[in-house]
Amino acid sequence: MNNLDQIFVYAKYWLLSQLPGGVQSLVSIVLDIIAIIAVFGTCFALTTILERKGLGRIQNRYGPNRVGPCGLLQPMADAIKMLTKEDIVPFAADKVVHYLAPLVLTVPIWLAFSVIPFGREMSAIDLDAGVLFFFAVGGASELAVFMAGWSSRNKYSLVGAMRAIAQMISYEVPLVLATIPVIMLSGSLNLNKIVEAQSGYAFGVAQWNVFTPWGFAGFFLFLIAATAESNRSPFDLPEGESEIIAGFLTEYSGFKYALFFLGEYLGLFAVTALSVTLFLGGWHAPLQVLEFLPSWFCFFVKFAAIIAVFIWVRGTVPRLRFDQLLNFSWRFLVPLTLVNLLVAVVWHFTSLGAGLDQSLRWLISAAMIVPAYVYFGRALSPNRPTRIYQYAE
Amino acid sequence: MLGSGIIKGMVETARNFFGSYVSRERLTTVQYPEQQLAPHENARTIPLLVYDGDMEHLRCTACGICEMECPAQCIYIVKDTVKKSDYLGRMQFQPRVFDIDISVCMACGICAEVCPFDSIMMDQVFALSTQNRFSGLLLHKEDLAKANGYFHAIHPSDAGDIDARRDEDKRKAEAKAKAAVAAKAAAAIKSSEASAKQVEVAA
Repeated sequence: MNNLDQIFVYAKYWLLSQLPGGVQSLVSIVLDIIAIIAVFGTCFALTTILERKGLGRIQNRYGPNRVGPCGLLQPMADAIKMLTKEDIVPFAADKVVHYLAPLVLTVPIWLAFSVIPFGREMSAIDLDAGVLFFFAVGGASELAVFMAGWSSRNKYSLVGAMRAIAQMISYEVPLVLATIPVIMLSGSLNLNKIVEAQSGYAFGVAQWNVFTPWGFAGFFLFLIAATAESNRSPFDLPEGESEIIAGFLTEYSGFKYALFFLGEYLGLFAVTALSVTLFLGGWHAPLQVLEFLPSWFCFFVKFAAIIAVFIWVRGTVPRLRFDQLLNFSWRFLVPLTLVNLLVAVVWHFTSLGAGLDQSLRWLISAAMIVPAYVYFGRALSPNRPTRIYQYAE
Repeated sequence: MLGSGIIKGMVETARNFFGSYVSRERLTTVQYPEQQLAPHENARTIPLLVYDGDMEHLRCTACGICEMECPAQCIYIVKDTVKKSDYLGRMQFQPRVFDIDISVCMACGICAEVCPFDSIMMDQVFALSTQNRFSGLLLHKEDLAKANGYFHAIHPSDAGDIDARRDEDKRKAEAKAKAAVAAKAAAAIKSSEASAKQVEVAA
């Protein structure tokens, strides 16, 4: 355990040791909160600019490059613009609920970060029911979205909110079902324990959950469900600009709008951090030779990689239609996660027998998951006769 | 199989992403204030007044046809009181006031179309925003007057045609004047001869 790895932990202890004993526990909590808000606030700013630049490059544009060097101060300009804009509240709006909705969205998501281990000894709370807590506070975002849609007194807001609820509840199911194999096989709801369960190295390569058949399938199912859960393209129907103006955000402006934006990105970060913890070994290095790297560095590299994939997907896939969206969840993701559960069970019990070869276990798992994937995938896109365009061309 | 299309699309976007860093041709963006594309020759924005030589030799004769034809009625002309000689040596009025309100002007180009003196032409300037929306957008004679060289620079083929025609006119006019002078001289000689004859006869 080198010093760089624990630099933040030592810094915190040193700061606490300067203080009288009575306030130490309180200051410890405040320091954790400040660290999380500072780090993920910066992540938010960086992600918005890098996302816009990345999407620009995908479309063969430069992206924002005017404010500051390479446009890196663009988030500052955006923040100033958002803060100085007029905050319009509709006359017929339910003022209190309209005011509270962005807060209800943002605050629980900050709470969700508290259980995630960002490095060795670096989780704010070592909660025994960490995963449960995470999904419980994550569930508050549905409430916030509906508060926003209802209080705006706008049909677009309401329709957008109802879409958002339908979508988020539909995708909450596969999201949780995809995490269950991890919880089953590591035997704990504690995220620190889950990271510990992925700590070993076989032939110099880490034994993360993603390197098992159920983990591999589960990781992708989790990522897809997470995309929908955080309202990102191609599942950004709640705020479908071309269909329902901006959905539940229609009547929001200025800083409240910015808070919704922040909440959305923080939700994405939280669920990404969770996916890193559950499937990509948390803060463990991918190879044994890379173990000298600080644990928090490994965590954030994986984190950034997954965010990059999210941006990449956003730049590629067009928005779904709403029936496609719900069909995709209930007819494809949910059955596949259930099959994946079965795969995890089989994987677990074949390892207990110990007689079976590793490749045979992979073969059995693949024989379960691949036909299911093909079958449900085919059922999702019914084989319609190809349309003949009589007058086209 | 489900997902193959998405993978194909992801490969395509990745190729675009990395390609935009490798090949400059992919980035078609023109970074406007620093980089500017030359305007197309036929581009037109607001009118200008062409002069030959110096500002005192505007081609405009204050005839008022453009003022009359302008659908937006954004041209205002006041004739000067003194006449000046034009390129053909004819005495013509010049405008004392020639104002165009470019907040009203719709760049239709009818003024340039109807001008019989090749004076009013369409400019290509487009960064015309000002701090003052009234006086800043009312352009006077001094703002509108542009040298023939400038006109050549923005509309080379039109300017070349016009100059050729004007040179031709000038040449013809000079020939005519020369012929007139010669005729006059001949007539003078004739008349002097005739008077000489009369003198002889009288004598």
